[in-house]
Amino acid sequence: MITHTHRPLRVVLYEGNGAIPLDAAARAQVMGALLDKGYAVTRTTTQGSSAFPHDDRSLLLLGSFPNQQAPTLEDITGQIKIDARDITGLDASSVLALVETTRGDTPMNQPGTWKPWFPVIDYSRCTNCMQCLSFCLFDVYGVSKDNKIQVQNNDNCKTNCPACSRVCPEVAIMFPKYQQGPINGDEISETDVGREKMKVDISSLLGGDIYAALKNRSEAAKSRFSKERSPDKALDERKKCLTKMVTDGFIPADVLAALPSPEEIMRKAEAAKAKAEAALAAG
Amino acid sequence: MPETAQLLYCRCAYAQVVPQGVKDAVLAKLCESGASFETVADLCEMAAHRDERLKAFASSAPLKIAACFPRVVKGLFTQCGAPLPDEGVEILNMRTQSADEIADAMLAD
Repeated sequence: MITHTHRPLRVVLYEGNGAIPLDAAARAQVMGALLDKGYAVTRTTTQGSSAFPHDDRSLLLLGSFPNQQAPTLEDITGQIKIDARDITGLDASSVLALVETTRGDTPMNQPGTWKPWFPVIDYSRCTNCMQCLSFCLFDVYGVSKDNKIQVQNNDNCKTNCPACSRVCPEVAIMFPKYQQGPINGDEISETDVGREKMKVDISSLLGGDIYAALKNRSEAAKSRFSKERSPDKALDERKKCLTKMVTDGFIPADVLAALPSPEEIMRKAEAAKAKAEAALAAG
Repeated sequence: MPETAQLLYCRCAYAQVVPQGVKDAVLAKLCESGASFETVADLCEMAAHRDERLKAFASSAPLKIAACFPRVVKGLFTQCGAPLPDEGVEILNMRTQSADEIADAMLAD
């Protein structure tokens, strides 16, 4: 589950005027340890401070100060709480412990508890075909006010599932935490484009345009045998397609287990298709 | 880039897709320099939460970013409503470039 942004404090490694610079190796170890725990860290030197706005409400200033005496600091605007701590002689783990103690019980997003997994659209390639919107069962995609496809509910995305990227005919959908290219955002070759298009063709044969296939099958079945109208049939069809994709390594197996009910699949299919058609018609 | 560029380093701490050796070496070289710089645990994590600070970064050109594939980095910012400007932003890719190459580019005037 994705939590909201909890950034309880911004850490500044201060090595400007009035502070004693750390040893370079120690500096890297401290910064690495803090970053790996999820903290953002600014390094400030005598060459000037970072020009990025300090929008955080709480700053923790770390440095090695003369006489190991951290200065008492106050924001002239009164908006930001500033704590300063001397870290002379402390190793990286001790600095991390000091920072964690300063943070206290304030919640914070931390690596290891969740992976930021969601699609990123490369709008320089996207043709707004809406295939991703039609394909995704989990409402990750939506349409903007000006009828452009966009990622609206990235919390809904199933971790390690890049299936929508596989079916994008323009290779415009990236998953930054995916290992291989071009899904990871690597440069795209003509071979990649051809391969991706071929995948769409193949998956269409298997019901890759799943919603259309399900609907067509359902409508055809209606005119024949009632048992063919069974929602179970539709689900089987979709599972067959997804199982094929799992077998091929396109999507993780646990996505199958997370599928909605047959009724929900059909409802979502209709809703997604209507949304896509409306956006395309308006566009 | 006419002015001194702001430097931003992404640790990619939420997933191990950037080679550890490269990101450690880039951080080490930045730390060996006298430069001030900004580091974040993970740009993807920030983008997932529509972190407002991405807007601040996007408006801080000239800017050099050590992260991953440029297509992804641009996409993350765009998706958060903070598109990076076409000019004045250089993105270095720790997934494919060497640490030396990245550090040299980051620290070049």
